[in-house]
Amino acid sequence: MTTASTDSTPAVRTTPVETRRWRLSETMQTVLLLLPSIVALAVFVYVFISFTFWVSLSNWRTLKVDLSLREPLFATYGELFAMARWQADLRNTFVFTVFFIAFAVTLGLTLAVMLDRHLAGHHIFRNIFLFPYALSFVVTGVVWRWIFNPETGLNLLFELLGVNYLLAQIGAGPLRPGWITDPTVVAQVNGILATVLPGAESWQVRWGIPLAMIPVAIAATWQLSGFVMALYLGGMATISEEVREAARIDGASEFQIYHRVIIPMLRPVTISVVVILLHVSLKIFDLVYTMAGVGPGFATDVPAIFVFEQMFKATRYNLGSAAAIIMLVLVALVIVPYLASTLKEES
Amino acid sequence: MFGKRTLSTGTLILLLALVMTACVAPQAAPAGEQAAPSGEQAQAGGGKLEVFSWWTSGGEAAALQALFDVYSARYPNVEIINATVAGGGGSAARPVLQTRLAGGDVPDTWQVHPGYELLGQYVEPGYVEPVTSLYQEEGWEAVVPEALRAMMTKDGELYQVTVGVHRGNGFWYNKKLLAENGIEIGATLSVDEFFAIAEQLKAAGVTPLCVGDSGIWASAQLFENTLLGVIGPERYNGLWDGSVRFDEPDVKQAMEVYGRMLDYQNDDHAALSWDQAVKKLMDGGCAFNSMGDWAYGEFVNAGKVDNEDFGWVSHPGTDGSFMIVADGFVLGNGAPNRENTINWLRVIGGKEAQEAFNPLKGSICARTDCDRAKFGPYHNWSMDSFAKDALVPTVVHGSAAPADFQQALNDAVTVFVVDKNVDAFANALVAAAQSSGFGR
Repeated sequence: MTTASTDSTPAVRTTPVETRRWRLSETMQTVLLLLPSIVALAVFVYVFISFTFWVSLSNWRTLKVDLSLREPLFATYGELFAMARWQADLRNTFVFTVFFIAFAVTLGLTLAVMLDRHLAGHHIFRNIFLFPYALSFVVTGVVWRWIFNPETGLNLLFELLGVNYLLAQIGAGPLRPGWITDPTVVAQVNGILATVLPGAESWQVRWGIPLAMIPVAIAATWQLSGFVMALYLGGMATISEEVREAARIDGASEFQIYHRVIIPMLRPVTISVVVILLHVSLKIFDLVYTMAGVGPGFATDVPAIFVFEQMFKATRYNLGSAAAIIMLVLVALVIVPYLASTLKEES
Repeated sequence: MFGKRTLSTGTLILLLALVMTACVAPQAAPAGEQAAPSGEQAQAGGGKLEVFSWWTSGGEAAALQALFDVYSARYPNVEIINATVAGGGGSAARPVLQTRLAGGDVPDTWQVHPGYELLGQYVEPGYVEPVTSLYQEEGWEAVVPEALRAMMTKDGELYQVTVGVHRGNGFWYNKKLLAENGIEIGATLSVDEFFAIAEQLKAAGVTPLCVGDSGIWASAQLFENTLLGVIGPERYNGLWDGSVRFDEPDVKQAMEVYGRMLDYQNDDHAALSWDQAVKKLMDGGCAFNSMGDWAYGEFVNAGKVDNEDFGWVSHPGTDGSFMIVADGFVLGNGAPNRENTINWLRVIGGKEAQEAFNPLKGSICARTDCDRAKFGPYHNWSMDSFAKDALVPTVVHGSAAPADFQQALNDAVTVFVVDKNVDAFANALVAAAQSSGFGR
């Protein structure tokens, strides 16, 4: 390393400076400066994505590397979408995403509005709410696993608080949910889907809301709502006091100021928040893996766990790669329009 | 002093130089690394030995250390590199091993289960070398049972040295709890006897069966044992060579029996791991648990006494069969320290190492001539079974079928536990066996 740099540095100093030549090479300079990261990006992102795509089309399904293409070409993808487990994964990702984003945005925005009111101790609370974000998903997963364990967590608390005693008094059954161990799928829509989509009746999975997914969404909300709050607080800080004053002079109530003025002005922040949370939820692995695993009847399985298990437990590299490519497509569906609109705004 | 452009050009050149040297440096390094051990190995009896395993928890780590101690006593100059990766059943270690093998960074020797995991995953792609000559030199063919050797043999060559054997089809019970309900278990237990007892216990308000399937393999193992118990060892072995299909009537009957057993399991099974289920049994939360004999270590660690606090019997209907869950080591093809590795295998296949290893690991020797006085009553019982019973391979622990079938079985069990649909279960396994290449 040192040899190379000492060799080249004197060469620069002795070169006579000619303004015209330097100006010509300005584009070259930019290209050369960017080259290292372009090369790194090309190799470590695009080459590997292409490789994964190739593997997903190949016959590689044991430890022995086999990159010959499978006949017919997209057979692995067909196999993937015919799997009950993968269908359940898509359902779970959808349900988790909806609940998680709804919870996190609502809670994050509420916390931000409350702190924005400059109530006593808001500095302390801001930090308290942000702390969970500093934890790793694995830690969150383990802690919430205990909380939502049907024998030891919340149910024990219900018992201690006498909730079940009270329910028994009014003639209701005991409140003892299975939480993350509950295989029930509510609000099933297979019948409705079958009338809309051809071939939907052959689906092996029950489309609906797996109840076990909701505790997982709650844990993820707990972790990320502080982060959402911070983004909203940042956005609110950029809205000048004059805007609020003007609204007050116009006779707006405090609720109306937020509802009609501040929150609409925070629309760019909301879009960023939703995009960030979406890609977190599409790629989520560690939280679900440590908290609930695949769940009873795949009630809490997600695509990332599927990829991991097919690749490294089943050694089905082609199937795991196909699932990974589908995950990439899902994330791209979210990110690409966002990036496109951001670029458009900038130019 | 320098113009802005000169400075930026300087920076640019410096950056390029950095990138270029960074690209060159790692290429030089491996060559140096490889040269070092072979140079050291030239000295008689020195060098290194890398042992890759996932034995990191208390008893396992101590047992592995016992093997190292026996080896070091004979080859004091060899430095042992203990490359363990934590994680139950090798869940974290296997991805690391796969990556290393695919990348050509072969460990000298690594932990392996006999049967398909050995022959399909490592022998067929050529990652390991045969060790048949070791068996001949050391006379192991006389002491290692033929059925076990068959699980390590391909085209007449042996590929693994097995160090310890667990019995997978154990059925553990809380003796005191059963006594309180007026039940005593004899030397064997049939499927019908189990259901009669389970019904009696349920009526008395006792949970009959504890399962801890937060790792679904525990429930898959309950199925595997039940399958063996219902269809018998011969038909069971037929499943893995394609002569028996998963949708034949007796196999479906086994699935029904498994489903009926699940009706007697604890409500919180999905929230417990296998060891928490054993703990629940000890605490009187249920009467029975179907588990390999690594569960025995849990009872001992909790201070429970054999045949007083707890007892054991073969899983219902499996008396006369021994579900082999064995661990051994291989000789890596292209192992950097080949001579040391061969000596390692020679040591761990021997009586001394196995007698040191197994009491700590809670398994029995993979040879039939170990000193019985070194083992407790349970393991003596297990040794009797090992010597005379039909030895069958486990699918849940990777011996009977390829890894993709193992995963498909786990997935099918995950669904079956919830919907108990025998036909769907059977069809899923038929399809998985075909796709995996051994079913018809």
